[in-house]
Amino acid sequence: MEDTIAAISTSTMSSGGISIVRISGPDAISIGDKVFRSKKNIKLADVQSHTVHFGNICDNGNEIDEALVIVMKAPNTYTRENIVEIDCHGGILVTKKVLEAVLNAGARLAEPGEFTKRAFLNGRIDLSQAEAVIDIINAKNDYALKSSVNQLDGRLSEKIKNIREMILNNVAFIEAALDDPEHFDIDANVDNLKNDVENCLNNVDNLLKTCDNGRIMHDGVRTVILGKTNAGKSSLLNVLAREERAIVTDIEGTTRDTLEEMINLSGITLNLIDTAGIRKTDDVVESIGVNKAKKLAEVADLVIYVVDSSRALDDNDYEIMELIKDKKVLVILNKADLAQVTTADDIKKIINCETVTISAKQETGIEELEETVKNMFFNGEVKFNEDVYITSTRHKELLKKADDSLKLVLDGIDNMVSEDFLTIDLMAAYENLGLIIGEEIEDDLANRIFSKFCMGK
Amino acid sequence: MPNIREEYDVVVVGAGHAGCEAALAAARMGLETIIFTVSVESIAMMPCNPNIGGSSKGHLVREIDALGGEMGKNIDATFIQSKMLNASKGPAVHSLRAQADKSDYSRRMRNVLENTEHLHIRQAEVSEIIVNDGKIGGVKTVSGAEYIAKAVVLCTGVYLKARCIYGDVSYYTGPNGLQAANHLTQSLIDNGIEVRRFKTGTPARVDKRSVDFSKMTEQFGDKRVVPFSFETDPESIQKEQVSCWLTYTNEETHKIIMDNLDRSPLYSGDIHGTGPRYCPSIEDKVVRFADKERHQVFIEPEGLYTNEMYLGGMSSSMPEDVQYAMYRTVPGLENVRIVRNAYAIEYDCINAVQLKSSLEFKKIEGLFAGGQFNGSSGYEEAAAQGIIAGINAALFVKKEEPLILDRSESYIGVLIDDLVTKETAEPYRMMTSRAEYRLILRQDNADIRLTKYGYRVGLISEERMNRLTRKIQLIDEEIERVKSVNIGTGSEVQKVLTDNGSTELTTGATLAELIKRPELSYDVLAPIDKHRPELPWDVCEQVNINLKYEGYIDRQLRQVEHFKKLENKLIPDNLDYFGISGLRKEAMQKLDKFRPRSIGQASRISGVSPADISVLLVYLESLRRKH
Repeated sequence: MEDTIAAISTSTMSSGGISIVRISGPDAISIGDKVFRSKKNIKLADVQSHTVHFGNICDNGNEIDEALVIVMKAPNTYTRENIVEIDCHGGILVTKKVLEAVLNAGARLAEPGEFTKRAFLNGRIDLSQAEAVIDIINAKNDYALKSSVNQLDGRLSEKIKNIREMILNNVAFIEAALDDPEHFDIDANVDNLKNDVENCLNNVDNLLKTCDNGRIMHDGVRTVILGKTNAGKSSLLNVLAREERAIVTDIEGTTRDTLEEMINLSGITLNLIDTAGIRKTDDVVESIGVNKAKKLAEVADLVIYVVDSSRALDDNDYEIMELIKDKKVLVILNKADLAQVTTADDIKKIINCETVTISAKQETGIEELEETVKNMFFNGEVKFNEDVYITSTRHKELLKKADDSLKLVLDGIDNMVSEDFLTIDLMAAYENLGLIIGEEIEDDLANRIFSKFCMGK
Repeated sequence: MPNIREEYDVVVVGAGHAGCEAALAAARMGLETIIFTVSVESIAMMPCNPNIGGSSKGHLVREIDALGGEMGKNIDATFIQSKMLNASKGPAVHSLRAQADKSDYSRRMRNVLENTEHLHIRQAEVSEIIVNDGKIGGVKTVSGAEYIAKAVVLCTGVYLKARCIYGDVSYYTGPNGLQAANHLTQSLIDNGIEVRRFKTGTPARVDKRSVDFSKMTEQFGDKRVVPFSFETDPESIQKEQVSCWLTYTNEETHKIIMDNLDRSPLYSGDIHGTGPRYCPSIEDKVVRFADKERHQVFIEPEGLYTNEMYLGGMSSSMPEDVQYAMYRTVPGLENVRIVRNAYAIEYDCINAVQLKSSLEFKKIEGLFAGGQFNGSSGYEEAAAQGIIAGINAALFVKKEEPLILDRSESYIGVLIDDLVTKETAEPYRMMTSRAEYRLILRQDNADIRLTKYGYRVGLISEERMNRLTRKIQLIDEEIERVKSVNIGTGSEVQKVLTDNGSTELTTGATLAELIKRPELSYDVLAPIDKHRPELPWDVCEQVNINLKYEGYIDRQLRQVEHFKKLENKLIPDNLDYFGISGLRKEAMQKLDKFRPRSIGQASRISGVSPADISVLLVYLESLRRKH
């Protein structure tokens, strides 16, 4: 019997922000029932195949979103398994939460291309398309692999590595002692073990918390804030940072000398990269700043260009606009509290962009700014990498599993369970954490035992 | 010139622990079998440590026994001390280990071989394998005699081009000065088999009269001895046991070793074979674990009728004078006299990825291999492969499907699967941590797991099988009963609970629920279990373990279900991996090299990704649909 899988199955932000969470497998309908509260109080288990139902999606009793739920029973479905599809319309963050609720209810996050694979293996897709199926699986895997590794914050993987080290050392010691009880005594080691496991659990807990802030991923929408010195970039950031709806997180120790922050605007994670002010200059240091801004602008998904509206545009402005003219650009006319010299029309004559007028100082226009960003995003004007969100869901799922395993270890220690049972859950945590950073487990344990402990005859 | 030409069903080359099990299995399955050894006196010889079993190795012995092998019975008949290791830990890591009387062990096994129908012993050095069109035809000995056979099992242990080394002394002999087999390697290479060189070592044997035991800690056997074999009556083996002794090296020992490192062939570069990290020589230990102030030394008797003692923990290839000097720094060994010095031994063996899971060579039909020749180490690992190689050689001759045990049902399965799917860089040793389902693969239930296979191939009698079926039935019935008995909250119940340090019940509970409490067990609850039937101890043991660890066991059983699904998806033998578009190049090469038998096995090969497995699944499905 196959297990039941789930994933966000649409191009997430196609139009109007509707996205679909698809569940496939023998338990799809019962899992659907666990997360779905019908307006008419019906159970999905009782409904006809290929029918649509309206209600709320809940995670542990907490409502997440209103949604349409489509029930399709095997075998007349894409995968020839029971399928439940949940149409969400609350944006990517909500969709992610719906997916998490489904995972919490017992589904497993689908591997890349797994729906297609199942469709083929269950005879739904014609033999002539076998190669196409293989291509899909490979393409999705390559992409997922790349995004998984690329998007993983360097410090995060360092932290996970440290947790795994601690787990592996403990398991190695236990296994060495079980293998060679006359050389090693673990009876006195319980307190150490407990200490280490609590330590690991704390670290995993902290990582889980950061998941929800989106911080686990390095890339959201790559947003660059450009502007001349004193145009008001910093004050804009500060305002956004103070906004209740925005979560601002410093990314410590970034290697670049640009300030990088992550802001969650109405469910959209923006990576704000604040470049140094740009001025045309012969000064070496400042020209480095200009070059950097250019480079960042090239890779950005969205460029926010901050203009001081109390001054006239100068050569430097024109140059910058030339630089970003092919990008998705939002121009912010700051300093609306002062006499206006430069207007939205002036800008629009030069480049194709959205504009918003604000005063960072008086904090006016901020709501409009958020609304504009959100609209650009939902209208599909700003493209973003949806795998970021999928990958982060996967990471969260794995962290949760590791968290559960470590809790089981602590329970075991409290119940005086023998070490050979504890290693089962310790290794489960170790393996799940390994999947996050993409490390193979290949004989880690045996190698650790032999290298750390002097064994045998 | 006329020469001997004889015909057999099965030829077994080598009569160590692998060869003995292989030959016995084939002969007991009714096939005319001949076993070759360079010396009849060395049948089932224990050239290194004087014990059988130990952590995970004890499991292997139990499994061999459940399949109908001899090792368990042989040690039950010849042990001089026995211990259940890890007895205070979970049942999955309980492991039996017994000190053997080495010469008794060897003599009894030889006697069993000599008196087995269809089995013939021949003292001769096999120098060639005969291969016709990728099929084995038999073997030739150095004298030119031909032994035609339908199947051949290679169990050459450490004898191929064996070279013993200590200090700057080295000579081409097998262990204990026995004749090495210097010709067979070339014939294997000529037939396309890749050969490599491994190394191992053994400590000195010393004269008991020169040891001062008063400076050592005495180590006793268990009061109640548990047999290895499921057929041995526990009452029949309770006897007086001999002791082992524990002492330690010290800084002076380590200094002598460090001062003389340049005279060690390990460090001078004279030894080229790859040695095991888990069984390092004392010089290795001192170098690699420099911060360790002392290392344990176990002084173990080699038998009842000899004064030789084995210095466990101090294997070495140092020159004789250094050996003397370092041994004599150890408390109790100040005046020690060496009978046989320590030495390292190098030998030819193969990378077992050339074998299928049945232990048959992928490229030579009918040629099987087992034991140290396959790159493993240890008597038990050898015997475990030996019995499988022997069974499969016999099944091959009978034109029947091979017996392949998987990782979820036996340590033997883990051992063989690791050997054929992982390119181990050193002699492979079993460990309980290598078994991902070790909670299910316990030494106490090896009979329940494997007797059926021994029965199927004809190594287990109808009567023994029936006894086991009855045992399983009793276990099931009793578990069922214990789960349904509600114990109430009477004063007698509360008393038994408090007497055993458990908390009193406020509402009723079943016996099964109480057994799960760490401080309670099936046995302890007997007084309040009024209708308990009279049951054998081994049935009670199973009832207790199965109920007590039910949660953990169920979890592993679910994992096993998933594992089996992939394991049962078989891959055709002759699949052209290079013709599967979509597989990554590395995966193609690896899969082509290893030729896994199932999707499950393919997924364990390093360098094969989950995406490759998906591609393989899709490809196999399209193959299936085309036919």
